[in-house]
Formats: sequence, structure tokens, C-alpha cells
Amino acid sequence: MSKEIRLPLTEETIAGLRAGDHVRLTGVIYTARDAAHKRMIEALDRGEPLPIDIKGAVIYYVGPTPERPGRVIGAAGPTTSMRLNPYTARLMAQGLKATIGKGGRSDEVKEALKKYRGIYFIAVGGTGALLSKRIRKADVVAYEDLGTEAIRRLEVECFPVIVANDMYGNDLLELGKAKYQRREALGSYVPVGADPDAPNGGGL
Amino acid sequence: MREIHTDQISNKVAELFIDAAHNLPEDVVAALKRARDSEESPLGRQILEEILENAKTAREEMIPLCQDTGTSVVFVELGQEAHIVGGDLTEAVNRGVAKGYTEGFLRKSMVERPFSARKNTGDNTPAVIHLELVPGDKMKITVLPKGGGCENMSRLAILLPGQGREGVVDFVLRAVEEASGNPCPPLILGVGIGGTAEHCMSLAKKALTRKVGDPNPDPEAADLERELFQKVNALGLGPQAVGGTNTALAVHVETFPTHITALPVAVNIQCHSARLKSAEL
Repeated sequence: MSKEIRLPLTEETIAGLRAGDHVRLTGVIYTARDAAHKRMIEALDRGEPLPIDIKGAVIYYVGPTPERPGRVIGAAGPTTSMRLNPYTARLMAQGLKATIGKGGRSDEVKEALKKYRGIYFIAVGGTGALLSKRIRKADVVAYEDLGTEAIRRLEVECFPVIVANDMYGNDLLELGKAKYQRREALGSYVPVGADPDAPNGGGL
Repeated sequence: MREIHTDQISNKVAELFIDAAHNLPEDVVAALKRARDSEESPLGRQILEEILENAKTAREEMIPLCQDTGTSVVFVELGQEAHIVGGDLTEAVNRGVAKGYTEGFLRKSMVERPFSARKNTGDNTPAVIHLELVPGDKMKITVLPKGGGCENMSRLAILLPGQGREGVVDFVLRAVEEASGNPCPPLILGVGIGGTAEHCMSLAKKALTRKVGDPNPDPEAADLERELFQKVNALGLGPQAVGGTNTALAVHVETFPTHITALPVAVNIQCHSARLKSAEL
């Protein structure tokens, strides 16, 4: 059961989302990854305007393959989000409302989601072909010299994402692992974050 | 002495990389279907369904499976009775990579000067080439385009001999759990045990060229593979680490004798977009 969301995200929509929600986004999102984020932070540090309107924006961490002639975009699945952790809170302070990537985020980012009322979505990593078909239009709008890492403005339609972290502090990756991890089957291995003195036969 | 021309090598390398980027191997698709059918997490099952649909779309519409078309890792098994003519082997492989990544509309993800300017080389060269001399007069070329997400979660440790099997299991489980969703589970795990530091990591990478789930012919290593497979899945990460019962599609262990003072162990993780193609010249 998917929630259909027409962008831009409203405060009300964000407040209604919870970790684990399956969502389909329609509207405008921007792409940016390592190099573009570094440049944007440098611009902020110099007091210069950002190359995109960050207020209410959604940023998708992606570096697509070059498109074949006649196609809008190449394969376009998410890159690993944790590399962008150092930049996210700063951009959220400027109005960024949501990011899309894969994998987990840092405590600093999770705090920023609560403080600035934002969302972290994951898209399914490795489904670059499928996701490319939900992108109707793609234009380079900044940092063209970065090639695959340039900032692109994408018009997406029913783009499938999952809420990984909501504005209330719920974390899908933590919740999921807590539900499905079977400590009793792990022998003497002490899972991440677990009490090393608790016997493995004792469950969570 | 059988002659193999460098033009044949270049063309074959180009062809293999384009094929690999678009067509997921049958044994990987079969393993993903088994995972989907057994996955207890509804969200995990949905993710596996999307991964399978992606494989179909990629093949039918010639869109790369994943936008990270990877570092060009190439295994060359060169027969001792084969004679390469027309130029240099390394140069021929790199010409093939440049050709494949350009004509195949694949992403150029290699940068030179890794600790300074990091300038894109523009054609995904240079390839990482593993060359082995074997009996015979053929050349077998295997390409394994390796995405950064999974490759960057690699780990190596030189354990103490006394840490033994339990130390190895512990190291592997920690590597997978701490990697979390970054390498795109469900994974294929390559584990190297023994050798020297660089050889151990090389064993872990070589382990990823096996058919999914094919056991190591040595019964002791196969038993360790089974234990690791069960325990990795008991970690509960699941597809894309959203929680689930399928974290690994397979675990492949490769071993080599090692120094009396050491127990080297390496983990090289392969994502579910496990691209791999071979041909013989």
C-alpha cells in the first residue's frame, strides 16, 4: 500500500510519514552527491547563494549512467548516503526537507530530521533500470563540469521510495534488524550495540 | 603455440562488460527468486520483487542494472602455450574497457590521483587485472564490474592463530553487520582465509567468481560456508537492511596455507547486482 505524494512536501505531509511507509513521489527533485555537496557548502561558507532553490527541496543522491539517444536518463539508482552525512544538517538548516539514498544515516542527520522536521527516504539500491523509468525529464542545472555528479533537476512520476527515518526519530533499519535478528543463532558473536554480558540464548 | 591477437582481446573485453552491465547471471536470478519466495519480511519481499523486475527491465530495454557500472575488474587465465600478438596485453584490456564503457553507455567512475586532484580518467580505465598462467593454449577472460557500495565495505585483518574458526566467524559477522545497508543486501560474501595480506584479499575477490552457492570442494571449508551462511542470515539485516531473513544469497570461502604466526582473513562483499561474464579466446 503506497502513499502517493505530490511534491513539494508540505509540513503536514512530513508530519504524517512514519519509518517503513512506502511512498511514490511525483514532482521535482534535485540530484547531488559528494562533489556537488562540497561545492554547495563552500558557497554557504562564502555567503554566496546556492545554485538551486533549497527551501522545501528534495535531494536524490545519484550519479546516473549516460543516457542512450532518445532517452531521458540512464540507470539512476541511489548511492550510499553515509558519505553525504557531513553536509546534510547544514543544508536542512537552509530549508532542505528530504533526501533520498540508500543505507543508514548518522546520529547527527537523525537529529537534524527532528530539529528541522524532515525525512530520509531510501530507494532500492541496484534497481537503476527500474527507477530510470520513473524519471520523465532530466536537466543539468548546476556544476555541469562534474558530469555524472552534476546537479540535475528531475521531474519524477510515481517514484518509489521507503521512509527510512521520519521526523519523530523512528529508524526503519534499526527497527527491522531488532525484529528479525535471532541472537540465539549467532553463537558467541556479540551483535552491534548488544550487551556483551547478556547470554545469546536470552533473545534481544 | 596458438596465437591470440590483442584486437580479439579488446573486442571481447568490450563485449563482456556491456553484457555484464545489462544481464544478471542466471544463477544470481535463481538465488534472488529463492530469497523472495522464502523472505519473511513483507517489505523485504517487495524489495526482492523490485530487484527481479529490475533485472528483467535491464535485459529487455538495455538499461544498466545499476548506475554504478563499477571498477573494471578483469581475470585473465592465460594458457602457457598461448602467444599474444599485436601488442601489450594490459593495453589491450584497457582499450576494451574504454570501448565497452563508451559504446555501452556505461558510467565512467575511475579517477586518477586518488589522494589529490581525483580527476576522472574519462573512459573507466585502468582496469584492475588479475593475471594467472594456466596449462593449455586458450585465454579465459572473466569480467567482474565491481560497484563502490559493496567494494568499500571490504575488510582485512590478521588474526592471531589462537583466534581460530570462532575468530574468523566473528570477524565476518561484524563486517557484514557494520556494513548494514551500504553494500545493498542481499549479498554474496567472498571470504579469504590464509596467505599473506594481499593474497588473502585476492582470495576473497576470487571467491566471487564462483557460481552462487557452489560449495568449496574441501569439506571443512564447505562446513564453514554453511555456518557463516546461517549466521549472516540470523543477523536479520534483510534486503536493503530494512529487516528480513535474507541477508546473504551465498557465502564462498577460499583458503590458502599461511604463516605460523598468522590467521589472515578478508571479506569482499558482492551486492545483489552480481555482474559477472566470461568467455574463452
